[in-house]
Amino acid sequence: MQQPTAEGEMIINIGPQHPATHGVLHFVITLNGETIKKVEPHLGYIHRSIEKMCESLSYRQFIYVTSRMDYLSSHINNHACCLVTEQAMQIELPARALVIRVLMDELTRMASHMLWWASMAMDIGALTPFFHAFREREMITDIFEDTCGTRLTMNYMVPGGVLMDLHPGFQNKVHAFIRQFKFKLPEYDELVTDNIIFQNRTKGIGHLSREAAISYGCTGPVARASGVSCDVRKHFPYAIYDKLNFEEIIDTGCDSWARYNVRMQEMRQSLSIIEQLIDNIPEGDFQAKTKAVLKPPKGEFYSKVETARGELGVYIVSEGATTPYRIKFRSPGFSNLSALEHMAVGGKIGDFVAVMGSIDLVIPDIDR
Amino acid sequence: MWSLNEIVKRTDVKLNEMFSPAMAFLFEAIIVALLAISLFAILGLVLVLMERKVSSFMQVRLGPNRVGPKGMFQTVADTIKLIVKEGMTPNNVDRFLFHLAPFLVMIVAMILLAPLPFANGFQIWDVNIGVLFVSAVSSVSVIGILMAGWSSNNKYSLLGAMRSGAQIVSYELSAGFSILAIVILSGSLTFSDIIQSQANGWWLFKGHIPAIIAFVIFIIASTAETNRAPFDMAEAESELTAGFHTEYSGMKFALFFLAEYVNVFIVCAIGATLFLGGWMPLHFGSNTSFNHVMDYIPGIVWFFGKTFFLIFVMMWFRWTFPRLRIDQLLNLEWKYLLPISLINLLLVTVVAISGWHF
Repeated sequence: MQQPTAEGEMIINIGPQHPATHGVLHFVITLNGETIKKVEPHLGYIHRSIEKMCESLSYRQFIYVTSRMDYLSSHINNHACCLVTEQAMQIELPARALVIRVLMDELTRMASHMLWWASMAMDIGALTPFFHAFREREMITDIFEDTCGTRLTMNYMVPGGVLMDLHPGFQNKVHAFIRQFKFKLPEYDELVTDNIIFQNRTKGIGHLSREAAISYGCTGPVARASGVSCDVRKHFPYAIYDKLNFEEIIDTGCDSWARYNVRMQEMRQSLSIIEQLIDNIPEGDFQAKTKAVLKPPKGEFYSKVETARGELGVYIVSEGATTPYRIKFRSPGFSNLSALEHMAVGGKIGDFVAVMGSIDLVIPDIDR
Repeated sequence: MWSLNEIVKRTDVKLNEMFSPAMAFLFEAIIVALLAISLFAILGLVLVLMERKVSSFMQVRLGPNRVGPKGMFQTVADTIKLIVKEGMTPNNVDRFLFHLAPFLVMIVAMILLAPLPFANGFQIWDVNIGVLFVSAVSSVSVIGILMAGWSSNNKYSLLGAMRSGAQIVSYELSAGFSILAIVILSGSLTFSDIIQSQANGWWLFKGHIPAIIAFVIFIIASTAETNRAPFDMAEAESELTAGFHTEYSGMKFALFFLAEYVNVFIVCAIGATLFLGGWMPLHFGSNTSFNHVMDYIPGIVWFFGKTFFLIFVMMWFRWTFPRLRIDQLLNLEWKYLLPISLINLLLVTVVAISGWHF
């Protein structure tokens, strides 16, 4: 049992079972009254040694495990793993596969941001937005279910393209979703963004300066809200992101409110990407011809993608065998979590949940 | 005409004919106690169901719809579950205070029922300091909450109780000041007199802008006093799991839960009585035919209608707004509501003295 270090301080545990941690994350918080003095995250409650598991699986198989890392952006995780394998094997992808991948990535990003929006509002105490966001998110998961067969762990991308072709009703359903979402987005703003209580709860809370964001290795919306330009889709474009017209959202507010706004704007950008692509899906193969057994040459390979939470890197050391010799994931959630103490210390307990909500933690992504 | 007033009087006369005055009083007390307890049980069932239905209406879902027609007996089933559940007592709690706290909170809610006028002449105790009595007794419930938080030997509970203490004590002030506005306008502390003074129009409409300001402040302050969102600091489930009643289970938890809803009912009933005329029907000045039609609706319907409207407003708050932070909550009271209600009190006094109200 932990003992407080100074007079008048007390220690409370937020987690591993706590309504605000959205999973089994454990914080040991030192408090003075309501003011936070120290935050100590304890990890490992759902560590499944995914990296080690991947090392005993072939280059086709290990992709399926990665859907279980950041379960809210499983398409994007799969994409990262496919990219590194394709880079190693030097596989050229057909145009249709690239477009399908980007469409799926952006739909995933929107679904993930919607869930974040819902849970952030819930952390701050508004319960109704949760159901409103799930109403729209349900449409995306339905689209995924039609095409991939699953709703959460899609396992849709394979080295060389995607597993199967799009469902015939894909375009109609995406159009229906775009209509619905454009109609409902102002409602999101009315309900949460424009709410004065919500603004007071998030503005100026959890300050993370540009320098701190860089030194903690933050990526994704957390870093972009601190003014760091770090969108992998812009700086190291993969798939067809270099041909698309979208903006990297950067805010210099450095607080929870900025992080909130970055994600809200990113949803709009993702929507615009989907609109650009949905009527222009090229005909052709959805998968390149690849060998049955993939044996990348000896060497080290690294590729990175932008997930909904930030930069996901996959590093593979190949010995020329059918399984990777060593695999390492650079997960965005872990680095973003490390900045939590920096942001939360000095605030109140109420601020802590507002900051934690704005980082958008997915615990299996942190623990792997 | 059939009225509750008649029934009360006849019962009183009948009992006094049959028994000695002391026995008659005893019987009356028993009848009142039974009525109060059954009102509590019904309120608990109805309000919890109402909350769940209102929330589901706002959250694009159906809400309870399995037990009974349209899920009407869901809360009955929940109550049975809570009654048969084991009431656990954690180790190292202060047993006496731990067991006393839920009853204290409940008893306070019950006492507050006494001066409420449900209909014309249908009131348990028309005390001549009714308004003062209500604001005095309602402050006691904070002791129960502090007791629960302290005795639970749990840090979440302690934090929740301290928050709740700070919150209730602060908001008591502006609630009191907004009630005082009506006391000044009507010139009486008695609930029945306050209602009689609204015979030709409710204070919300008669009292010009000061009455409206007082009403808004009263609604905000009473939401805070009953620990409901957006002021549910004491529970704040995303911060303190369940706040002061984290360690309670079974029927003791149910008592806290019930007390919350009964308190909501009581503050809304007081709001309806002071600002919306209580059981007094809606009257428009000299429009006699309209007033006559309105008189046909029994007073108890008016009373419950107005009260449930205010309860709906409070539920609306709860399912729409995010929660405030504790320091913002206290800022709101001490920096905004309290000065506004003080100035408002002055305005009301000016209005009342110069007779500007209708």
